[in-house]
Amino acid sequence: MSVRRLAPKEVQPESFAFTDENLAWAEKAIAKFPAGRQASAVIPLLMRAQEQAGGWVSEPAMRYVGDMLGMAPIRVYEIATFYTQFQLQPVGRKAHIQVCGTTPCMLKGAEDLMKVCKKRIHAEPFHLSENGDFSWEEVECAGTCTNAPMIQVWKDVYEDLTPEDLDKILDAFERGEKPATGPQNGRHFSAPVTGQATLTSAELYDGSMVGKGAGLALAREAIAARANGEAPAAAPAPAAAAAAPPAPPKSDPAPAAAPPAKAVVAAGNADSEKPSKPVAPPPGGKAD
Amino acid sequence: MAKIIVDDIEVEVPAEYTLLQACEAAGAEIPRFCFHERLSIAGNCRMCLVEVKGGPPKPQASCAMNVRDLRPGPNGEPPVVLTKSPMVKKAREGVMEFLLINHPLDCPICDQGGECDLQDQAMAYGVDTSRYAENKRAVEDKYIGPLIKTSMTRCIQCTRCVRFTTEVAGVSELGAIGRGEDMEITTYLEAAMSSELQGNVADLCPVGALTQRPYAYHARPWELVKTESVDVMDAVGSNIRVDTRGREVMRVLPRLNEDVNEEWISDKTRYIWDGLKTQRLDRPYVRVGGKLKAASWPEAFAAIAAKVKGVAGNRIGGLVGDLATVEEAFALKSLLASMGSANIDCRQDGVKLDPALGRASYVFNPTIAGIEQADALLIIGSDPRREASVLNARIRKRWLAGNFPIGLVGEHVDLTYPYEYLGAGPDTLTDLVGEGTFAATLKGAQRPLILIGQGALARADGAAILALAARLAVSVGAVKDGWNGFAVLHTAAARVGALDVGCVPGANGLDAVAMTNPGGVDVLFALGADEIDIAPGAFVVYLGTHGDRGAHRADVILPGAAYTEKSGTYVNTEGRVQLANRAAFPPGEAREDWAVLRALSDVLGQRLPFDTLAQLRAALYAAHPHLARIDHVEPADAAGVIALAGAGGTPERAPFRAAVTEFYLTNPIARASAVMAECSALASSRLAAAAE
Repeated sequence: MSVRRLAPKEVQPESFAFTDENLAWAEKAIAKFPAGRQASAVIPLLMRAQEQAGGWVSEPAMRYVGDMLGMAPIRVYEIATFYTQFQLQPVGRKAHIQVCGTTPCMLKGAEDLMKVCKKRIHAEPFHLSENGDFSWEEVECAGTCTNAPMIQVWKDVYEDLTPEDLDKILDAFERGEKPATGPQNGRHFSAPVTGQATLTSAELYDGSMVGKGAGLALAREAIAARANGEAPAAAPAPAAAAAAPPAPPKSDPAPAAAPPAKAVVAAGNADSEKPSKPVAPPPGGKAD
Repeated sequence: MAKIIVDDIEVEVPAEYTLLQACEAAGAEIPRFCFHERLSIAGNCRMCLVEVKGGPPKPQASCAMNVRDLRPGPNGEPPVVLTKSPMVKKAREGVMEFLLINHPLDCPICDQGGECDLQDQAMAYGVDTSRYAENKRAVEDKYIGPLIKTSMTRCIQCTRCVRFTTEVAGVSELGAIGRGEDMEITTYLEAAMSSELQGNVADLCPVGALTQRPYAYHARPWELVKTESVDVMDAVGSNIRVDTRGREVMRVLPRLNEDVNEEWISDKTRYIWDGLKTQRLDRPYVRVGGKLKAASWPEAFAAIAAKVKGVAGNRIGGLVGDLATVEEAFALKSLLASMGSANIDCRQDGVKLDPALGRASYVFNPTIAGIEQADALLIIGSDPRREASVLNARIRKRWLAGNFPIGLVGEHVDLTYPYEYLGAGPDTLTDLVGEGTFAATLKGAQRPLILIGQGALARADGAAILALAARLAVSVGAVKDGWNGFAVLHTAAARVGALDVGCVPGANGLDAVAMTNPGGVDVLFALGADEIDIAPGAFVVYLGTHGDRGAHRADVILPGAAYTEKSGTYVNTEGRVQLANRAAFPPGEAREDWAVLRALSDVLGQRLPFDTLAQLRAALYAAHPHLARIDHVEPADAAGVIALAGAGGTPERAPFRAAVTEFYLTNPIARASAVMAECSALASSRLAAAAE
């Protein structure tokens, strides 16, 4: 963090106005808030203004957004300077590289990425490269720690980077291309980089295991027994175990562990047999 | 009410009290920086930490926790707050250490030194050493106007100034930009603040970050003699403290009076003091051959006596200016009466107010504090923000509390709160008496307030407008038992007092306009009358303080004492009688005005029957007993308003004009002040920019 100031006057544009499309979007965004609370829309509007203006918020843009929301300019200024996500200086035309420098990325080599930025863009963050195409900054955690180190450009993240990868990405941006986003080391999202270590059995995926669970068989027995009116005798065992899985006696872990497993599987089974049984709808979802 | 135990003392306080208020009720002192009784709660300085039992087991910010937030003990014991426990002591020391990490140690060159909250509290609650060896943060100073000097490195980010300007002054100009260690207080693009109450942020600032620019490096608080007095810049009668060093007024600060100004004063009140030192009349002058020549008191008196001799009583007149005390007005009236003249007037602006209509017809009947009880407001021909800034803050406070419809008839002005604009002139007012949605709003209100400004009354048809306003007040039920919502807002500090002692033309007397017209009177005694042009012809004796318009027109100038240099009574717009005390002495040969009038009466052979101020006051109180009740508002008989409502008159159609156009230049002292001139230039450039 450092003191954040508006760009010097000579850099500031004369004026700012939303495009028709953004204006329509902004009106919708404002309408989300109750009357008299329009000021709540200031952050999305400022962000949209930043996107429209090529990645930074100018002083006229702040006034424009303030006028739109009936806010004093100082109130917009406070917000724009508070959130580091708002750029107050012009950024690179082609890319503004945000290198994550928080612990996981730092341990995995973010400093090397920053060296690349310093070499290729500018020795200091928030400065434009000589041709004005690039700029860079160090940011706090962007939330892809599994794929550290990473950079963010506009709305995309580029993960699992080596300095060479970053060079390639910068080259691609320089050519005006859009490099492939996501992990750069061939890994699928945040899957283990060493390959899958669990659930590797092929039968899990070919359908041959469906209905083969041991717990499932037990549950079916219990259901059948209840239907036959023998409930008190047979049912308590799984039900009690499911309701209160206490710390099992250390001497004999296996039998105590089994009933909850049965219950869990029974629940899973109930889900798959939904059409025939009334079940509570999953939270937040639609009951069919 | 809830019971709570503070340091073994059980107190019963309202449940919505904060712990800080509850602790104060129990007599425990809680240090604080960001908390202020009249501002919203921020809870960001953490200095007010206390230990609680019945709440979270950690130090709690007592300003931001209510008594009702605490649970009783297991057996129903009241919750316990500890303000002297080891935990609290350690917490305060810790907070103080954090605050001082970045605070410069420049107390010896800081203007706040000696009256600094941080200094005092560091002494009381801090530790004596610092463990901090790193570099301190430095912050660029900001320009926020000609009145407030900034030293932003000293700022501890309490945000009192931001909350004051936004909430009380009603202008969102100051803000806190950046965050964390880099948070800085500034205005948008470092523009000068436009509020007329901005000087108060220097009082609110608990450190030396915001100080008074005109006072910078002038004096130390312990060198100053403090005199409690009353302000005369407007008719609010703000309570002030005048700080003097030797003969010089060094600064003016507000004094707490919940009924008048709470603890705010306007910038004109606060920064006027440099005008007390310039353009002063420090010796008598006599016009010889068209030019004013310095003279001695006997020469000046002789010149007056020579002129007055042989002039008939009804050819002599007197004007009472806007800054005159009641004693002076009374003395001048007595003097003129003894010379057989009924020509006296205090209404330089020609306002159509008359004591004959009853006192209720010219005072702010609901009282200033009463604004908070009102539930609807109609403003007629007034711009209270400029005519009475502190009173306007009170209206804003009431508006912030909610359910307060406000209508305005007159000029379209920014009052810092929204209002329904009803119209520009008397036509709208006439409509309101009959129908109109806002009339219905007023009728529906329990305690409607009708505020009439001088702009509506200082015109030829002023009497008709006053009657119309009274009729409106009566028709909407603003005048009833226990509530008189008929409020006349004055702009001149001396006006109500002068009206109280009857400084208006007697039988066959001439009013201010008639006296100052060509051929009006032969000899005119102008007691600080600077707001009126006196036509050539009359022999003008000017008794005043500054070389302003009145002195330029004068044939004899008698130097008087300004409001900080004499003891005198002022009656504010609500009819509150207040005493101004002498804080300094008049310059040179200038004397207190009542004494000058007394001496003059002797020379004129009409010796006034008092030799001391006490005798003068005794005579005054005998004639007008209510003036003896200092700091008291004598409720006026509402029958006056009801009688007034019956009066007729046809108003003209011209729109109302504001009584105060140049807020910073309304009186001779202000016009002599360089600070006020700068503020005025700034305000007019802002106005020009807004007009573009």
